[in-house]
Order: sequence, then C-alpha cells, then structure tokens
Amino acid sequence: MKTLKYIVVVLLTVVAFQSCNSDKKNTGQLSGVYQCPMQCEGDKTYEKNVGCPICKMDLQLVEEKVSKTEAFGEISDESIFNLTSKWNTEEGTEIQLEDLKGKTLVMVMIYTSCKAACPRLVADMRNIEAQIPKESLNDLQFILVSIDPTVDTPERLKDFAIENAMDDEHWTFLQGSESGVREFANVLSVKYKEISPIDFSHSNIISVFNAQGELMHQQEGLGVDNKETIATILELTS
Amino acid sequence: MKTRVFSLFLMCLVFQSIMFGQAKDMVLIEGSRYLPLYGRDSTVVAVKDFKMDMYPVSIKDYETFLKENPKWRKSQVKGLFADKSYLSNWESDLKMNDFVNPNSPITNVSWFAAKAYCECQDKRLPTVDEWEYAAMADETTKDARVKPEYNARILAWYEEPRKEYIIGESPKNVWGVYDLHGLVWEWTLDFNSVLITGESRKDTDTDSNLFCGSASINATDLMNYAAFMRYAIRGSLQAKNSMKNLGFRCVKDVEKLK
Repeated sequence: MKTLKYIVVVLLTVVAFQSCNSDKKNTGQLSGVYQCPMQCEGDKTYEKNVGCPICKMDLQLVEEKVSKTEAFGEISDESIFNLTSKWNTEEGTEIQLEDLKGKTLVMVMIYTSCKAACPRLVADMRNIEAQIPKESLNDLQFILVSIDPTVDTPERLKDFAIENAMDDEHWTFLQGSESGVREFANVLSVKYKEISPIDFSHSNIISVFNAQGELMHQQEGLGVDNKETIATILELTS
Repeated sequence: MKTRVFSLFLMCLVFQSIMFGQAKDMVLIEGSRYLPLYGRDSTVVAVKDFKMDMYPVSIKDYETFLKENPKWRKSQVKGLFADKSYLSNWESDLKMNDFVNPNSPITNVSWFAAKAYCECQDKRLPTVDEWEYAAMADETTKDARVKPEYNARILAWYEEPRKEYIIGESPKNVWGVYDLHGLVWEWTLDFNSVLITGESRKDTDTDSNLFCGSASINATDLMNYAAFMRYAIRGSLQAKNSMKNLGFRCVKDVEKLK
C-alpha cells in the first residue's frame, strides 16, 4: 500500500508540472549585479543595492546590459523584443532578441548554402554597412538570421562570417529553433519555403529596427536602391 | 498481490486520461506520400503519421485558454502578435456575444495566438502539407480529390454564406476529422511558406482585399480551384492578421513507442 501512495504522489507532482507555463517571465536576465564603486572588497558583487559594508557607499550596477535596459525602460507592444525564443550566435553564445536592445538593428534572413539570392542579399548588407560612417557602427548591429537552422550551426555561421569578411563586432549571425525562425519570419513578414533539402525560396527583405526593437523601415527586393534604408539608419544612429 | 497489481493498473489508466485528456479528441492520421497543389517542384510530398484534433478549436475552448492566459485577452495582447481585428467580435475580454453558440469555431485570432494556444496544450499547428493531406479525404476515401463532387461541395461552401456555425454537425471524413471544409478556414504552422502573392503584404487589412485568386501558374492541378483558394489566402495573410472566417485546430507528432 505504501508503494501505491508513493506512486500517487509522484503522478500528482508530474501532473502539477504539466500545466501551461507560457506565462513564465524570464526575469533572470533583468536582475542586476551591484558592486562597490570604491571596490573595497575587490571584485565582490551583490545581488541587491544594500550599500558597501566597508565604505558605506551606495553600490553601482556593473552590467552594461542591465543599465541599458534601465535607460530604455519598458519595451513597447510592437517591439520584437517581445519574442522570447532563444538563439545561438556564431560565437556560440545563447541569446534572446532582447539582449540586442540598445542598438539600431539591421536584419535579414539568409542561409549559408544559398547560391542564388543570398549572396546578393549579403552584398546588399555589406553595401549598406560601407555607407555608414565608422563612428556610427558602434551603435549598430547587422544581424543575419539563418532560415536553415539544421544546417547553419554556429560553427558554420562563424566560417561564413570569416569567409565573407563579416566577422567584426557589429555583425551577428543567429541560429534559432525551427519554430523560433518561423515566428521571427512572421514578424518580418518574410515568407520562405524549403524546396529541397538544401534549397529554400524566400522573400528578400532587409529590415531596420530602432534600439527598442520597433520596426522602422523595410526594403524589399534584390539589389534595390538602399538610399532610404541608409537614411533611416543614419537618422536612428545620429 | 493480484488486487494491488490491478489497482496499480487502474491508477495508471486514470492517470493516463488526466495527463492526456486533451488528446482524447484527436485521431491518428496515417502519413503517406501525396501530390499537393503546390509541392516541392510539383513533386510528391511525404507526410509522417500525426494526430489531429477532430474539431476546430471552439469559442468555449478559447475562453478557457483566455482565462488561464491573460496576455492573450484582447485588451492585453501585444501589437506585435495581433492587429486590431483580434477578437474584435468579442464583447469584452472574456465574453463573446450572447447570440453566438459557444460551440462555434473560434475565429478572429492571429497566427501567434493560435500557435500559443496549441503550444499550451503541448501540441502545434498543422503544417500546410499535413492540413491539405487530411483535408483531401471525404467520408469514404482518403484522397477524394478525383471525385468531381468533392470539389463541387467545397466550392459550394465557399459561395454560400452560412447562417450558423456549429462544430461537428456535418459528417466526419474517413480519418474521423470534422469540419475541415464547410465551417471556417484554418491557420497552418507554415502558412508563410506560400510565395504566390509577393505584393499582398502591402494590402490593407480588410477581408475582401485578402482574397486574391491569381497566379495559379505553378499549380499541379489547375482544376483544384478550391485548394487554390486556400493557398491564395495563406499567401495573402500576415501572422498578426485575423479574420472572421479563419480559425484553427492543433495537431501532435506521434511518438514512436520503440
């Protein structure tokens, strides 16, 4: 009988954990790390701003990401930072789109084995980048999102970045989950379809988002005049 | 000892039905290869076995979802995930109009909302291929597209305005699935893989502009106008759009026992 009770308890626990958890917020990322401005205890950090026990000064936030979040405040309803999907960068780190907050984002969807449109889309991205003054590049991120997450691993994306001379800080390549990519494409109104195991047809859209993740401009087509796109970027980074 | 084993067995049965209660209204669709209207280079597409909801999601079902997930109520939904027409026919956050039968299919929902609903139940939206595959069956045949009356019946539905929408009133198809045709259009997971109307994203969001019946040049079966209409509407939608005649149902992968 005891075993039976035990089993019942286990089953009930499992059921309890089955309920929908989509409302869970990822608050972990927003919690700050504090440090004494005088560094009385070296690199010691605190989770709350309790004041330095030695010099009694107020602690300071140390993580840049956190201070940026504070500076920009709440994200709006239209922001792509509302997407909670997880992504891998070409450097192998896991991020959420919200981690890109604070910079103007220029985004395009590509896949590395593409022989037709993507090289031209990539060229368009580089062409846009070349027309931005060097000092503005710090406030910008050029993001290339793979629509083929099974083939485009972070390693492959890194190789692609090096081959195409797009390995500077302001270039980021993202590999998502299949569902995350589908969702992201829908936010950009990008259409794509796998037409063979290594080929996709897809729309050619370059999108510009402001530092809060709101869509500011889209250019559609290949080799189109990117004057407006550049004007939007310059306006956002000036 | 025997009683204990028996009661354990009973326990497991009860447990099973609680855990997988949501799966009870699902039926198995045996996958196969079929020729869709738009295929990979107009070739045969393989569909794996999957389970499909027997009915489209009803207003009643959706109400329950809204109660548990406030962020999808119409006053709280994010602009990124739904435009103004989302649940526009609802009186308030949790109340549909009184004259509507709660057993009608939910409509005026965005793709994001439909996706979230299915994921909450540990399911997902069907792919275009899965949906089309299940929907090419009639009451007696798995692929009824060769029968002229199959097409004629769907087209008759497209033409005729319907007075009341109640789930499960027309006969089920050979898989045991109801209402794939005849009630509402349905969202699919990869609806944005339809590349026929590149310009439609610039359309305004009124229903009439979303229907577009041109560009069927790549279709494998030009006579299948009914299927063509479905592809056309998928091609013209954006994920945050919603329409009064567009609902959804969920599917689930079949886990291999071995």
